[in-house]
Amino acid sequence: MSPLTLILTCLAGWLAVGLAGVFFARRFFFVARILFPAGAALAIGVAAAALASIFSDPETAILPLGLPGLPFHLRLDALSAYFLCLLGAVAAGVSIYAAGYLRRREGSATPGQQCLLYHLFLASMCVVLLADDAYVFMVAWESMALSSYFLVTSDHRIAEIRRAGYLYLIVAHIGAIGILLSFGAMSGGEADGYTFAAMRTHELGGWLQSAAFLLALAGFGAKAGLLPLHVWLPEAHPAAPSPVSALMSAVMLKTAIYGLLRVAFDLLPEQQWWWGALLLGLGLATAVFGVVFSTVQSDMKRLLAYSSIENVGLIFAGVGLSLVFAANAMPLLGALALTAALYHCVNHAFFKSLLFLTTGSVLHATGQRNLGRLGGLIHPMPWVAWLALVGVIASAGLPPLNGFVSEWLLLQSFLFTPQLPHGYLNMLLPVAAGAVALIAALAGFAMVKFFGVVFLGQPREEALAQAHDAGTLERIGLVWLAAGCLALGVLPNFVIATLDPVTQLLVGSGFANSAGKGNWLLLAPISEERASYNALIFLGGIVACTGAVFVAVRSLFHGRLRRVDTWDCGHPVAGGRTQDTAEGFGQPIRQVFAPFFRITREHPSPFDREPHYRIVVEDPLWHLLYLPLARLVEFGTRLVGLLQRGRIAIYLMFSFVTLLALLMFTTR
Amino acid sequence: MDIDALLPQFAAQLFELFAALALAPLLTGWVNQWRARLQGRTPPPLLLPYHTLMKLFGKEPLLAHNASSLFRVAPYLIFSCMALAAAIVPTLSSELLFAPAADAIALVGLFALARVFIALAGMDIGTAFGSLGARREMLIGFLAEPALLMVFFTASVISGSTSLATIVDTLAHREFHIYPSLAFAGVAFTMVSIAENGRVPVDNPATHLELTMIHEAMILEYSGRHLALIEWAASLKLFAYSCLGIALFFPFGIAQTLGPGALAIAVALMVGKLALGGFLLALIETLSAKMRVFRTPEFLGSAFLLAVLAVLVHLLLEGSR
Amino acid sequence: MNAWLSTLPGLPFAGQLINLCAAIMLLIAFAMLSQRRISSLIRLFALQGAVLCLSTAVVAQSTGQDHLWWSALITLLLKVLLLPWVLRRLVQRLSVKWDVETLINIPTTMLVGIGLVIVAFNVAQPISELAGTITRSTIGIALACVLLAFLMMITRSKAVPQVVGFMSMENGLFFAATSATYGMPMVIELGVALDVLVGMVVFGVFFFHIREKFDSLDIRHVEEKARHD
Repeated sequence: MSPLTLILTCLAGWLAVGLAGVFFARRFFFVARILFPAGAALAIGVAAAALASIFSDPETAILPLGLPGLPFHLRLDALSAYFLCLLGAVAAGVSIYAAGYLRRREGSATPGQQCLLYHLFLASMCVVLLADDAYVFMVAWESMALSSYFLVTSDHRIAEIRRAGYLYLIVAHIGAIGILLSFGAMSGGEADGYTFAAMRTHELGGWLQSAAFLLALAGFGAKAGLLPLHVWLPEAHPAAPSPVSALMSAVMLKTAIYGLLRVAFDLLPEQQWWWGALLLGLGLATAVFGVVFSTVQSDMKRLLAYSSIENVGLIFAGVGLSLVFAANAMPLLGALALTAALYHCVNHAFFKSLLFLTTGSVLHATGQRNLGRLGGLIHPMPWVAWLALVGVIASAGLPPLNGFVSEWLLLQSFLFTPQLPHGYLNMLLPVAAGAVALIAALAGFAMVKFFGVVFLGQPREEALAQAHDAGTLERIGLVWLAAGCLALGVLPNFVIATLDPVTQLLVGSGFANSAGKGNWLLLAPISEERASYNALIFLGGIVACTGAVFVAVRSLFHGRLRRVDTWDCGHPVAGGRTQDTAEGFGQPIRQVFAPFFRITREHPSPFDREPHYRIVVEDPLWHLLYLPLARLVEFGTRLVGLLQRGRIAIYLMFSFVTLLALLMFTTR
Repeated sequence: MDIDALLPQFAAQLFELFAALALAPLLTGWVNQWRARLQGRTPPPLLLPYHTLMKLFGKEPLLAHNASSLFRVAPYLIFSCMALAAAIVPTLSSELLFAPAADAIALVGLFALARVFIALAGMDIGTAFGSLGARREMLIGFLAEPALLMVFFTASVISGSTSLATIVDTLAHREFHIYPSLAFAGVAFTMVSIAENGRVPVDNPATHLELTMIHEAMILEYSGRHLALIEWAASLKLFAYSCLGIALFFPFGIAQTLGPGALAIAVALMVGKLALGGFLLALIETLSAKMRVFRTPEFLGSAFLLAVLAVLVHLLLEGSR
Repeated sequence: MNAWLSTLPGLPFAGQLINLCAAIMLLIAFAMLSQRRISSLIRLFALQGAVLCLSTAVVAQSTGQDHLWWSALITLLLKVLLLPWVLRRLVQRLSVKWDVETLINIPTTMLVGIGLVIVAFNVAQPISELAGTITRSTIGIALACVLLAFLMMITRSKAVPQVVGFMSMENGLFFAATSATYGMPMVIELGVALDVLVGMVVFGVFFFHIREKFDSLDIRHVEEKARHD
């Protein structure tokens, strides 16, 4: 059986699982404990088949589905296979976790409905990655948007969630229009121009090509959360159930990146360097914005959502850099930057889904999403806490886990910037490298805040002491993802070898041969003298050193220990209220980056009986861009509303006038 | 690579690691002595840090009731991070076994890893001071880390490599050449290392005043062997930063071969340079006044921007060659 | 011109020294931009003058143009000794110690400064290709110094830092002249030096007048006055 057939079989399996969920909607145990694990097994099948097909030639298939004369064109090449692999590997962990996470009566949707939508969501993302014509791409893209919309609003009795879902739907549709127009521009107006194969051969004029790129950027950027189309992301992610947030953040955002890569590198024949510069600038702006906002959030899922924006920005920056290199005929460097971006895709997928799932466990154990009401959860929930620590370290971009590897590669590709033939760009790239470094460091701040406030310290509420750890299935899912973070961190050369066909396909060069150079563990793009990093020795060094110190201290001195009350410099410790709140921890950032925020403060007056201090930190873009836009749209609709008089005679008159005008126009 | 080539590298690596472990408290003692002398106080004994460490290791650690296992693991992790960092920096020789495993970026990552763990440990007990210290430490970290990275970038674009060994080889052993960009990088590096090691204009290692303390606030709850490890790690960090400064800006004399003669010269030169560096640090600390915490971002932001400028200056003045 | 310069022995090293001086000039320009204290500002200004003097001397030594020795001497006397002394006296007499307020906060100013440096480097690229000297890349730095001094004048609200900025701008111009074309004719240099001196005197008189009138050296008062008139 060929890989594509296998993947399609798994897809059919997901649909079957989803339908079974509807048929056996009443039987909770069957849906949660049988169907979801089955979905996870199918996901592993998808990942394995995709991995097997990365190194083989592209495979195509035409499915006799859809409208007559418009069959589904599917194609499995290295780029699709890489993203399918990501999807399968992450979805396996998330599905197992979801099997344990599902509750009998939670939210408004029944487990059966959630099962259907969840697997539909997975299947449609899969088809997006496989699509080989604009038609099936758009169908899959829209069903992905719709199924995720229903998943986000599965708790639709809460007004806030409905609002978040609505916003998500609007932005998703604006994005879809952009993508559709971009495909239109690329099809060249021919009858069968809608297949990707035809688009690849079209010779577009200069401006049409750029227009297609910009439209695709807007469309995919809206889905990925690129500035300024990011507003839906921090609303929708917290609203959705945690496994869905995990999937959206880990996989759905990556389908947008896949789409942009497909359009920019594959479908458009030649790249302009300024596309890359634009993408780099936008990506870095998005990343800085995302990370700065993530440090001041007090809702744990919003914090992670903003962190997703940051990571997407970094990925876009890598793609942009790669475009700049590719357009200047420097394929090797283009491959390096692209490898960094693609590597970060899979890294982000693993650590962010891991973190979102741990917030799910915390949410179930405590019923709290607000950081200000959590704390000290490492004691009742050690499994979740220690696994979250893995995600936190990976997400903060620290060695020896995976986040560090891709940031290392990205920084390397900035560093290897040779003399590009553009004066300003050449000078701005070091500044951009500085921005990347700043972003990585700020991500560390956000992650320390997340972990420290949720899991460390004293519980801020009394009820937290009764929190329970995650169940077995949840633990399996979390361990799978954490193991992925570790494996991706210590075996980078394996991933880079896997990425080699992808970069060969997109920029015509790879560096798997020079990266490995016989030493399977040493990561050294270009050459060992220029830069090298060996994660396994690094990890081994830390572990060995820690162990040696531990043994040495115990054997040379002693291992005694006495438990006492907290000292705290002699201050009396009164419960958890003296610790930093989430707002308090983010205060330095709020002060340093004050111009980024729209801050409203309410100070208590000295005479208040019950003094209240309130601070609201908002996204200034919402007020500067979206609200005026909404007002404009409202104004426009009111103008149109003037036509609506509610009398049939007037409506008939409109039709009559239109008819007359058309007659005069056509018979002229 | 064959075993014959690896063995001397391994020996040099071990020698450097143990030299760092042994000498780091001495450097701290030396700086403290000079600080006292310059401020007109009677200097403490030079070997006082060793006594303190021994005393602390012998004592029984007191652990708060709600301390988690992370709190107990953190000192060991922080210590080994700093020991590894001191081992990566080419202090005596640029032919080190560990050199290809970690380059300059990984070194920054290592410092950041230690910082994250010390901040998390500070938050673990759940006291006001602990979280205050953690917050301030991360505030310093998020600006110092990119600044340090940009300093390394300057050295990397000069030498075309992020590997510390190659950087030192380029700067020390090729034909003499003035690099103006290193002037910028040097200023930025000095500012960063002052902030990172909790030295005077940014933090004061000798204070427990709640308004000003940063590093001390995080480790308030530590005692006994845990505190000893953290103190030792702080000394190692100072040592590693001093060696980094030497390696980047005054690298002359770092051994390129692994002969005992070359190593002996390298040791003698290094001790001399460290002594001078320690004196200069004490001088800076004496001459400047402690800043408000919210001046720190300005201070470090300037360091960061200077380091970015260093790269730009390199592109303009040295790039064409 | 290029041919005989490159035959001189030891010039590459002199070129390196000039480059180093250029970098230090720029560094001092940034230090001035981020300095809040007036006394430190004056000290930095003197230091910048000293670096300028040094680089002029290096150029004089390596090219053998004697009149540059004179201009180095003038720089030393005027910018390292006389003007800082006058400024210090002024500050003492006027008893202004601090310049706490800047109109824009300092990291932002420095960020703008970096932008200016990038612009200056790129703008100077075509000019420096015209110049025949081997240290021509310093033109970009000199231009950056001028722009940064200008920026400092814009962002400060007190009169003394503005004057320091003005004079530091002149330093940048002078540096461009010596390093790029190996000095202007002596007459022009003397004229410029005189200009700065006269400017200084005028500013000195001006300070006292503002102080008498408004009891402060904050130029915003003058602006208000102008608006009311």
